[in-house]
Amino acid sequence: MDDLLREFLVESAEHLDTVDAELVRFEQDPNNQQILRNIFRLVHTIKGTCGFLGLPRLEALAHAAETLMGRFRDGYPVSGASVTLILATLDRLKAILADLEASGTEPSGSDDDLIGALDRMSSEEAPAPAPAPVAAPAAVVLPPPVERELKPGEVSLDELERAFLEAPGPDDFALEPAPAPAAYAPAQEPARELPAFEMASDMAAEEAPEPAAPRASAAASGPAEGGEGAIAKAQTIRVNVDTIEHLMTMVSELVLTRNQLLEIARRHEDSSYKVPLQRLSHVTAELQEGVMKTRMQPIGNAWQKLPRVVRDLSAELGKGIELVMSGAETELDRQVLDVIKDPLTHMVRNSADHGIEATNERIKAGKPARGTIRLSAYHEGGTITIEIADDGKGLDLAAIRKKAVERNLAPAAEIEKMTDAQVAKFIFHAGFSTAKAVTSVSGRGVGMDVVKTNIETIGGVVDIATELGRGTTFTIKIPLTLAIVSALIVKAGAQRYAVPQIAVLELVRVDAKGAKEGANAIERINGAPVLRLRERLLPIVTLDGLMRGQATVEEGEVVESGFVVVAQVGRQRFGVLVDEVFHTEEIVVKPMSSKLRHIPLFAGNTILGDGAVVLIVDPNGVARLVGQSAQSGAAAESEVEEVETGDAKATLLVFKSGAGGFKAVPLSLVTRLEEIDATKIEWLGGRPLIQYRGRLMPLVPADPSIPLRSEGSQSLVVFSDGDRAMGLVVDEIVDIVEERLDIEIAADRSDLIGSAVLRGRATDIINIAHFLPLAYDDWARGPRKTTTKAPSLLLVDDSAFFRDMLTPVLKAAGYAVSAAASADEALKTLLSNPSIDVVVSDLEMPGRSGFDLVGAMRKAGGRLAEMPVVALTGTVGPEAIEQARSLAISDLVAKFDRSGLLAALSEIGEPALASAA
Amino acid sequence: MQAANANIAPADTTDYVTVFVGETMFGLTIDRVHDVFVPAGITPVPLAPKEIVGLLNLRGRVVTALCLRRRLSLPDREAGAAQMAIGLEQTGETFALIVDGVGEVLKLGAETHEPVPINLDPRWRDISLGVHRLDGRLLVILDVDALLAFGEAGRDAKVA
Repeated sequence: MDDLLREFLVESAEHLDTVDAELVRFEQDPNNQQILRNIFRLVHTIKGTCGFLGLPRLEALAHAAETLMGRFRDGYPVSGASVTLILATLDRLKAILADLEASGTEPSGSDDDLIGALDRMSSEEAPAPAPAPVAAPAAVVLPPPVERELKPGEVSLDELERAFLEAPGPDDFALEPAPAPAAYAPAQEPARELPAFEMASDMAAEEAPEPAAPRASAAASGPAEGGEGAIAKAQTIRVNVDTIEHLMTMVSELVLTRNQLLEIARRHEDSSYKVPLQRLSHVTAELQEGVMKTRMQPIGNAWQKLPRVVRDLSAELGKGIELVMSGAETELDRQVLDVIKDPLTHMVRNSADHGIEATNERIKAGKPARGTIRLSAYHEGGTITIEIADDGKGLDLAAIRKKAVERNLAPAAEIEKMTDAQVAKFIFHAGFSTAKAVTSVSGRGVGMDVVKTNIETIGGVVDIATELGRGTTFTIKIPLTLAIVSALIVKAGAQRYAVPQIAVLELVRVDAKGAKEGANAIERINGAPVLRLRERLLPIVTLDGLMRGQATVEEGEVVESGFVVVAQVGRQRFGVLVDEVFHTEEIVVKPMSSKLRHIPLFAGNTILGDGAVVLIVDPNGVARLVGQSAQSGAAAESEVEEVETGDAKATLLVFKSGAGGFKAVPLSLVTRLEEIDATKIEWLGGRPLIQYRGRLMPLVPADPSIPLRSEGSQSLVVFSDGDRAMGLVVDEIVDIVEERLDIEIAADRSDLIGSAVLRGRATDIINIAHFLPLAYDDWARGPRKTTTKAPSLLLVDDSAFFRDMLTPVLKAAGYAVSAAASADEALKTLLSNPSIDVVVSDLEMPGRSGFDLVGAMRKAGGRLAEMPVVALTGTVGPEAIEQARSLAISDLVAKFDRSGLLAALSEIGEPALASAA
Repeated sequence: MQAANANIAPADTTDYVTVFVGETMFGLTIDRVHDVFVPAGITPVPLAPKEIVGLLNLRGRVVTALCLRRRLSLPDREAGAAQMAIGLEQTGETFALIVDGVGEVLKLGAETHEPVPINLDPRWRDISLGVHRLDGRLLVILDVDALLAFGEAGRDAKVA
């Protein structure tokens, strides 16, 4: 392929893209002569060049399109159908160009269909006499009947001749003495034109009868603006991308060398070469900036195709969609631009497809009939922020939560506690919403995992803000350039590493001795290091350990002091312990050798000012390793750890309340730890409340002797069950310990389960069951559970909360406890586990109630028919008692009556248990 | 002495850069050798394949340093022992082959060339192109591409 042709291909492709965008703009604003002239000029250029290169097919098509556009210039009204037709023509042109690029010759084939339609539309009469055009009708508009008789290739030759003479631009056309009547020539055949118009409509795929016209206010970008385009063009040259890349590499190396020279100069007193060095340094900096600039492109280049995409989708889906773009001139690195181009298109398409509701739904919801997608970009520090916002229906978070539970993406309890933003991010899971369940409800997310991956590979992050019925906003933050990033230089072991600043949230100094003085110190849960940071637990990995291939820190090789680099990747937060932190430096990122690229920990390497090579740590890779090893990834978010039942250790939250005594509560019951501003506490009906996550949450002191603070901060331990939450007021949160729980039942105090020795300190284990009714009188009416006693007891309750609460109580009373969450599960356990001696069941459960369970047991016969059952209920009424008696339920106990339950159990106990044993 | 050979049959000769590892002499075709330098300031890369000793800065380029001893499964040289590096290039990347020493450049013809003895350790055999019989010693010719083709097999094990 000769150079001329190659250049033509590149240029034409660009022109066609511009025409695409401009046409959509023009459709909105048909009186804008500027845009029209611009489009006209571009198509004309393509046509002219085709004739010159001997490409008859392209030329004939371009000519026909130009003729129609010529009529627009004459004041012919611009209709959706005609624009669609021209867009279809442009697509054909692109297809031919693609073939041409592949094979080097114009493909054979006929374009008569399009040309015919174009010609017919060109010759159609304007419905109303157009206002006298300012510019005389274009010379290029030949009387269509003449053209129709000729073959495509020939027709335009003499016309082309003229066109070339008239070059360079449309402005010249206006001066040309015009064969004025030409445009109106076909007026004699109005009847014939009608079917032609219909045909044109057909061509526009499934164009709605009244094509919805997306109003795309494309920002001024590209060579599009004004007739001066021709002059501006002469001042740019095309440079091969490789050349620029090479230049960039050379400059990077120059920068490094300069840095080394400066380092040397600093060590020497001899100043004879300081001045020239200074100058070199200066010039280098300028050169670097200049080369960086050549790599920068306005983000509008990536947006160019979007108006067309939205217009087509809008027509296809029958929705009115407006695309508003701002900040198209924001510049970013070419390399980055390439990576985000496709994800952006995908996201806009997604917003149009799934985000914006159908027109009638919008009207029903009282919104403007046309949906709006807002695309904006702006600089922010060293990053660029791109927002894609729609005013559509928003994500259905409830459905996403449900789906996430179904797909087992995280433990249900954890998902329940997640914030909306965290839940929304599930749509980025591979294949998450391709399944029908979510698609039918909320729809988002096909291929969103790919979008996220693409963005993350360049060190970017995506965030979602969504409001049901109001719309969704995606925010993408990406670094300006990949070539030079700001990095924190740290030391771990004997080596230095660079950590990209974009992933670093903060630095925390930790010290082994700090523990006693209340400063930051690393603590351990079963050897796993964690850091308490503003009442959240942060899992810690040591960089040195990671580098030795172990993601967890082993006991003994404890580095207890240094700095924790708090990093966030996606929704995972973790701390990386390093020995020393030096400074921040702008580093030139060099790719890893192909032999080392498989190591997930490194994103690349660089040469520092002193000439040393250091490795750049990849926060994404570290996050993956952290997530794999242990469950620290999950702990990062929820700081709630599973308390294992059975004989395993229990994790307890230790706090101080009243008279300096230590108290503890199983961590699994705790939803969050909060430090609130005491002035935010409100009193309603004599009870303290705070506004918490959009709801009112009652506060209950852990000890009656704790006065609520009226100023400063107040520590709270938040418990929640379903929608309800309660804040337990404590003096101070002390620690989280994991120990084998050996509870000694306390004296007659309902607020305590008992006491245990934790970390060598006598600690009261509080009975949350005592506090819940203080916050909500009706808490008991929700879920319930059952316990089995002595050797073996089965506890049936649909609420995990109550199961967790009662299990320690029953264990403390000497029972081996297994638990079931439903009647069905309980039956299954009973049938498979012959060692169970007694059942404690909640009566009010969703689905099969406790009575149903007992009924089924009695029917099952044998052992189950005889098995003693203690029922738990929120309300004890005569009917319930009657029914309980008929089912031979040993006792009915009110839900929070701990001692009542234990008494009932011990009453049945003796004979039943004896026989079991 | 070898120069005489070259004069007789110039068309058939190849130039080899000779390097030493322990007592063994190896040859590398000269057109693959870009540099000979003293390696300094090597940054070790954690979790890397064992053959790779680290990264180093060669005139502003980051170069992957690979140890011929480890590649041949020989014991590491003693700490502080002299070492030299040969700059090799493969598909646009530069590698530094760390050896004990670098000798002269030899011009050798086909008449001294022998195939790789079949009883050679397979690890050696895989990266050798042949052996030249020289006066009093043997020269093992290294296949640069085979030399640099490592890590693929060990990759999975590394990740795990």
